[in-house]
Amino acid sequence: MSGPRLVRLPEHIVEIVSDAGEGAQKAAIAFAQLCAKAGNGLWTVEIIPSEIQPPPHTTGSASGNRIRLAERSQVTNAGNLANVVLAFNEMALLSRLEAGSLADDVLVLIDDQWATHDNERYQRSYREVLDKFRARGATIVEIPMNAETVRHVEDAERGKNMFAVGLLCALYSKDLSVLQSIIRSIFEKKSRDVIEAAVKLAGAGYQYGIAHFEECFEIRPVPTDVSKVAMNGNTALALGAVSAGFELCSMYPITPATSASHALSEIFEDFGGFVHQAEDEIAAIGVALGASYAGKTALTITSGPGMALKTEFQGLAVMTETPLVIINVQRGGPSTGLPTKIEQSDLLHAIYGAPGDAPKVVVAPSTIEECFYILSVARKVAEEFRMLVIVLSDANLATGQQLFDRPDVSGTPQRPPLDLSPVPLGALPYDWDPTTGLSQRLIPGQPGGMGVTTSLNHDRDGKACYDSERNQRGHTMRSRKLAALQKSLTPPSVHGAPEGDLLLVGWGSTRGAIEEAVDMARDAGLAVSSLNIQFLSPLPPGLHEIFAGFRQITTVELNYSDDWEDPLITKENRRYGQLAWMLRAATLLDIDSYAKVPGRPYMPVEIFDEIKRILGDQPGTGSAAEPLLATKGAY
Amino acid sequence: MSSLAELCVIESGASEAHSLDDYESEKPRWCKGCGDHGVLVALQRALRKNNLEPEEVVSVSGIGCSSRLPHYLNTYGFHGIHGRALPIATGVRLSRPELPVIVVMGDGDCFSIGGNHWLHAIRYNINAVVLVLDNEVYALTKMQVSPTTPDGWKTKTTPRGTYLQPMNPLSVVMGMTNVSFLAQTATWLPAHLDETIEKAWDHHGLSFVRILQRCPVFMPQAFGEGGLNFPVVFLENEDGIPVHPLLLKRGQTQAHNHRDINEAQRVAVSVDPAPMGLLYQNPDVPAYEEIRWGRQDRPDHPTFIERLDSVLDRYTVS
Repeated sequence: MSGPRLVRLPEHIVEIVSDAGEGAQKAAIAFAQLCAKAGNGLWTVEIIPSEIQPPPHTTGSASGNRIRLAERSQVTNAGNLANVVLAFNEMALLSRLEAGSLADDVLVLIDDQWATHDNERYQRSYREVLDKFRARGATIVEIPMNAETVRHVEDAERGKNMFAVGLLCALYSKDLSVLQSIIRSIFEKKSRDVIEAAVKLAGAGYQYGIAHFEECFEIRPVPTDVSKVAMNGNTALALGAVSAGFELCSMYPITPATSASHALSEIFEDFGGFVHQAEDEIAAIGVALGASYAGKTALTITSGPGMALKTEFQGLAVMTETPLVIINVQRGGPSTGLPTKIEQSDLLHAIYGAPGDAPKVVVAPSTIEECFYILSVARKVAEEFRMLVIVLSDANLATGQQLFDRPDVSGTPQRPPLDLSPVPLGALPYDWDPTTGLSQRLIPGQPGGMGVTTSLNHDRDGKACYDSERNQRGHTMRSRKLAALQKSLTPPSVHGAPEGDLLLVGWGSTRGAIEEAVDMARDAGLAVSSLNIQFLSPLPPGLHEIFAGFRQITTVELNYSDDWEDPLITKENRRYGQLAWMLRAATLLDIDSYAKVPGRPYMPVEIFDEIKRILGDQPGTGSAAEPLLATKGAY
Repeated sequence: MSSLAELCVIESGASEAHSLDDYESEKPRWCKGCGDHGVLVALQRALRKNNLEPEEVVSVSGIGCSSRLPHYLNTYGFHGIHGRALPIATGVRLSRPELPVIVVMGDGDCFSIGGNHWLHAIRYNINAVVLVLDNEVYALTKMQVSPTTPDGWKTKTTPRGTYLQPMNPLSVVMGMTNVSFLAQTATWLPAHLDETIEKAWDHHGLSFVRILQRCPVFMPQAFGEGGLNFPVVFLENEDGIPVHPLLLKRGQTQAHNHRDINEAQRVAVSVDPAPMGLLYQNPDVPAYEEIRWGRQDRPDHPTFIERLDSVLDRYTVS
């Protein structure tokens, strides 16, 4: 007996979609764990319906996951067009076409129950959608998922997803017994009958696949001795917060940030921490600030609209120099916008969003692994500089899963007890070092340190004052800390050659897609490099020198910019991407931006196309054309 | 009135380790005749009576005339932003439950811009003394209508008279789940004010005290010109706020059981005459920070690392 033909691949992208509630998400989680356990690098993206109870069998009801898996352990983004889609119905399938996610020659695995369904409307739309896919060059494999599932359980809706994950296990030549043990652990809390049915269905799906697929894929992981973890960015932030020694997280529910607080709530009390769900976003930051004032290490977690509500408190944290960390898991805006989708539109708000001049530190992790480590950095900066540190994550990092080296936490420093030693006579609450603006904060309970911490302008003694000289001094000291921090940073490193025709500059989670696009372009002979900026306030040193190596510089961001082709848009009124605004102001260079709001991550291929467009506009590889930087010599 | 004030102030202690000076900071910059002065002194007396080290106490305020109080009290103080004293105080209590906390707010601060925090703070029932210095007007911003400004009174934003009935904060407090202490007093009754603050200090849980006080500049006519012509009734109970015989000039007494929530709610809705004294007390409502600390485990460092490792195990795939 000959099984399916085995095709070896370096990587693949598969999407699993069902109606909301049919369990494609669970199937995808099991499949992603299966790939991760095998050692495949991966990146997953949740496909989330925007409504809670969308009408079934519609494109709006599609729910599931995209999984990019690879031989190499490092996968940095969700990739390009999907190669395989497993759909529970044709409308879920169609939704992925409408989202622009699928390759023309995608392999479609679909439940065939709709071909003969009692509802003629379903029959018709099933035929129409499949015809559409065939016309585009897709390969369709119709599978009696429903019929096979009901052979094992009464209600096909409760089990079809396990049959589906069995199919994928066969399609990607994975080990069924590993899958079945994963399923057992996922359903750990369910009854024995439920677990056994799920295990049996996965086996049935697997056997069906082996018996019927003509072709199966093999994506052989590169062997590694390094222990790996797989988690999403919100979980990484939560575990990172524990590891960094945070003691209190005060939050208010908001998508897509809340799951970070969920992950923290699960464990924090075992580590001497609290998650406090406050009555509103304002109280959430207020409680964190109060805890920090009292000497504890506190953070608050939110998303854009919550950030807006927290701005007055941000000003208070800056004015009183109370260390505080805010995580903003960005989503689409303005207003309620696209709550579940990615955008990077809060950069300028993070930096400037507070009344008055309020210097803040803003950092952005660019990978899920960085989500774990960034909170140690944030805490250190917040406490040593007595500053507000904003961590800008986004919906892509929040819900995507990535494989990365297991953090070694054995060296986690012990939280020192609060220093409540008496304050030396004459010590001041804002004893600013005139060069750096740094000062030692006093903690309630320290004898001799009594005094008011005020939101009013104050001088070194902490007392309110209103004269120009002391107002100017307070501002200068708070601002100087930003410069002192900047001096301690190292220049970011360029991905690719240090010189070339084009430098793409990004921040946050677009890094993986940008670097992959740069690699594609360099393979195609284009002189392109990229730069990811992690510290956005203050900007890191060395940008002028890096920029001087390139003829053109463009930021790549997931926020809005006017298209040059739009009516009325001129050089005078064009609105640029947010990082571009900052870099233009900071460097006086004519930095352009490729900034859009698609509500999904960029695909590397889109960025590659943009690179070709930019360099196609201005052919010549570096020698003939004038350098962009008229002032190049000045650096 | 001043003679009454002098008579009623009970100077008891030669035994205290601290003098009132120990709790004095900057010279208060409130207007002459403002009731805030009296509250400050009453607080200093309570601190002295409880023999507290100044560094052990945290006073938190919002924005408004009364919110300047932490500047004048020699403890650790946090003068924050408008309406947000209670979340800051909650953060302090949650992280440092060994520190006694005083919260000082004005009527606009607490009942209006900080309304949501007010309701939820009562529900949290953090262990803190919460004072609202209610002068029925926005005074720092120079006379706008507040939630408690009497109906029809003229302010700069209601020059033809207010449009709405004033809010009754007492009935709001008594309507909240987990209310554990509610008292009302007035700055023109200094002995009563002292006793009320002491009672609040001794209570375990959130002691909510509304202090009526006249703003001599923008609302001098309030409270019958500062109590001269303001109908009150003193709530009497042997465990309540003592009613000094001299107070009887100001109003009648009424027997009241402050342990009975229904009775307290009935009294809370009556505004004329204004009930003075302890409306409600239930010392058995658990304080939020104690609930949280009770459920929290504080592992030693090796256990901390061990636990973090075992959490990572859950996410480890190879």
